[in-house]
Amino acid sequence: MKILVTAKRVTDPDAKIRLKPDGSGIETAGLEYKLNPFCENALEAAISLVEAHGGEAVAVTLGDDAAVQNLRTALAMGAARGIQVKVTDAELDSDLTARILARVFEAEKPDLFLLGKQAVDGDSNQVGQLVAEVLGLPQACFASKIQVTDGKVLVTREVDGGLETLELTLPAVITADLRLNQPRLPKLPDILKAKRKEVKTLTPADLGVEATRKVETVSYEAPPQRAGGVRVKTVQELVEKLKNEAKVL
Amino acid sequence: MADVLVVAEVAQGRLRKTTLSAITFARQLASRIGGGFSVLVLGKGVSGPAQEAAAFGAKAVHVVDAPALEHYIASTWAAVVAEAATRVGADFVAATSSTFARDLLPRVAARMNAGMVSEVTAIVGDAPPLRFKRPMWAGNVIATVEVKTPKAVFSVRGAEFDAAAAAGGASPVQALAIPVTADPKVRYAGFAATISERPDLTEASVIVSGGRGLRDKQGFEGVLNPLADALHAAIGATRAVVDAGIAPNDLQIGQTGKVVAPNLYIGVALSGAIQHLAGMKNSKVIVAINKDPEAPIFSVADYGLVADAFKAVPELVEEIRKVRGA
Ligand SMILES: Cc1cc2nc3c(=O)[nH]c(=O)nc-3n(C[C@H](O)[C@H](O)[C@H](O)COP(=O)(O)OP(=O)(O)OC[C@H]3O[C@@H](n4cnc5c(N)ncnc54)[C@H](O)[C@@H]3O)c2cc1C
Repeated sequence: MKILVTAKRVTDPDAKIRLKPDGSGIETAGLEYKLNPFCENALEAAISLVEAHGGEAVAVTLGDDAAVQNLRTALAMGAARGIQVKVTDAELDSDLTARILARVFEAEKPDLFLLGKQAVDGDSNQVGQLVAEVLGLPQACFASKIQVTDGKVLVTREVDGGLETLELTLPAVITADLRLNQPRLPKLPDILKAKRKEVKTLTPADLGVEATRKVETVSYEAPPQRAGGVRVKTVQELVEKLKNEAKVL
Repeated sequence: MADVLVVAEVAQGRLRKTTLSAITFARQLASRIGGGFSVLVLGKGVSGPAQEAAAFGAKAVHVVDAPALEHYIASTWAAVVAEAATRVGADFVAATSSTFARDLLPRVAARMNAGMVSEVTAIVGDAPPLRFKRPMWAGNVIATVEVKTPKAVFSVRGAEFDAAAAAGGASPVQALAIPVTADPKVRYAGFAATISERPDLTEASVIVSGGRGLRDKQGFEGVLNPLADALHAAIGATRAVVDAGIAPNDLQIGQTGKVVAPNLYIGVALSGAIQHLAGMKNSKVIVAINKDPEAPIFSVADYGLVADAFKAVPELVEEIRKVRGA
C-alpha cells in the first residue's frame, strides 16, 4: 500500500518559547528545530504499515529549505522519498496548508494519508480534518491504534470519555496521537542512506493552489504570568492557608 | 444579519455542560455583530437535550433528529451542520473545544468556505472587524488573529468562557428538515467508555492530579483516591501516567489532553512540564506537592510543599477531613 505522511518542522517541543521584544514573532535565536512529535508518530505508523503490507511511504513537508533537514529525518526513519512544498510558515494558515496537501494527495494517489493530529507550534489541530473534507474522504482523528485489512482500516481514537473505534474504507485520512506508537530513532546507516533518497521540490503554484489565507495573525503577546507563590513547610500550614487565605476548602 | 450557531454536544442523552461555554461566547459575539444566536442539537432521540438547550436565551434551538445520526461521524455530521448554518442564516458556527468539536469543526469550516479559529480564549473589539485571541506554542504565546472570510468557525476554550446561566423563559425548539446521508465509507465499530463516578475533569471545581512520581496504579490510586474523595474532586493525570497505562487517556491534562481551570488544582508528584502546564496553569489556586524543590511546577504554584507524596497526601486527607468536619 502507498501511504502519504506529513513531516512538519517545528520549534523544539521542550524549548521555552519567548517573544521578540517588539512582539513581532518568537525569538528564534538559539532555538532548535525538530520534527513535529505527532508527525513522528504518523511516520512510525506509516513505515511499520509498509513493512507489514509492502508498498511505500512518501513524506511531505511544507516549509522553507531548512525544513528539508527534517524531511531527511523522515527519510532516515524509512520513508522512501520526500516532497517539499516550498513556502514559509508565515505564508500559511491551516486552510492553505490543507489545500496544498490535498493537491499533493491527488498527485500521489495514496491509499492512506497519515498526519500528526496537531503541530506543537500552531496547536490548531485542523489540517487533517480539512484535508479530509476537501478530498471528500473519511477521517479518523487522534488515533491510538491502526489496523489495515483488505481495503479497510480499523482505527481506535482517543476521545473524551474513552476510546472509540471506526472502520474506514480506503483511501482515508488518519491523524496520529502520541500513544499510537514509539517512533524509531534512525540509525547512522539509515541517516546516510537518506541523503541519497529523492526529494522533489514544488511550489504552491506548481500544484495550482492559490496562496491565499482565510485567517491571519495580527499580533503576538506573552500570556499573563502567575505571581510567585509561597512555600509551605507542613501539611497543617497548607490546609490553614487553603482554608483561610485562598478560601477554597 | 449575521447570526451565530452553537453546535451542542450531547453525551449519554444529556446536553454536555461544556456546551454552555460556547453559548456564552455566542452571546458575546452576537452582541458585537448585532445579530442573534441559536443552538443546533444533532443526534438520534435528542428531544431531551434540545429541551435542556432551550433555557439559555437562544433565538431558537434547531434539532436534526435522525437514525443516521445515532453515532457521531465527522463527515456525516459536518454536512448536516453546514447545511443547518445555511438554512438558519448563520455565518458563524461555534462549539466548545472537546475531541468532538476538534474533530468536527474543521470539516464544517471547509464546507462553509470559512476560516476557522481553534481554541478561542477571547474576542477583541466591539464591532467588526473582530479579532480573536488564541494560544500557540503550548500556551507560551497568545496570538491575535483575524478571519478574512465572511463566514467563520470557532472552537472555544471552555476554561475561558463561563458557563451560560439560564436566561428565563424557553427558546422555541424547532425541527430542521435536513436529509441525512450517512457516509458509507465509515462504520462505527464501538466505544470503550471510561467508567468513573467522579466529576468530569472539564466541569470539576476541584482537581487532584498525579504524575509519574506515584510510580504505579496502586500508588496513583492509593494516594489520589482518598484525596479526591475528601474534596469531591475529579482526578487528572500527566501524559507519563497515561502512557504507562496507569490512568485512562480521558484523564490527561495538557497541551494534547484536556485544558482545565478549576478553583483548586492539586498537582501531586508531577514535574510541571511545559506541555502539562499548558493544560492547567489558568487554574485559580494551584497547589504543588513534589519532593524535588527545583520542580518547575513550583514556579506556577500558589502553595508549594516539598515533600514525599506517599507521606504528605495521607496527612493532607486527615487535615482536610478535620477542617471539613469542623
Ligand atoms: C508533543 C508533546 C505533547 C505532550 N503533551 C502532554 C500533555 O498533554 N500532558 C502532559 O502531562 N504531558 C505532556 N507531554 C509530556 C511532558 O513533556 C512530560 O513528559 C510529562 O508531563 C511528565 O509527566 P510527570 O510530571 O508525571 O513525570 P516526570 O516529569 O517524570 O515528573 C515526576 C515528578 O515526580 C516527582 N516525584 C517523584 N517521586 C515523588 C514522591 N514520592 N513524592 C513527591 N514527588 C515525587 C519528581 O520530583 C518529578 O518532579 C507532552 C510531550 C510532548 C513531546
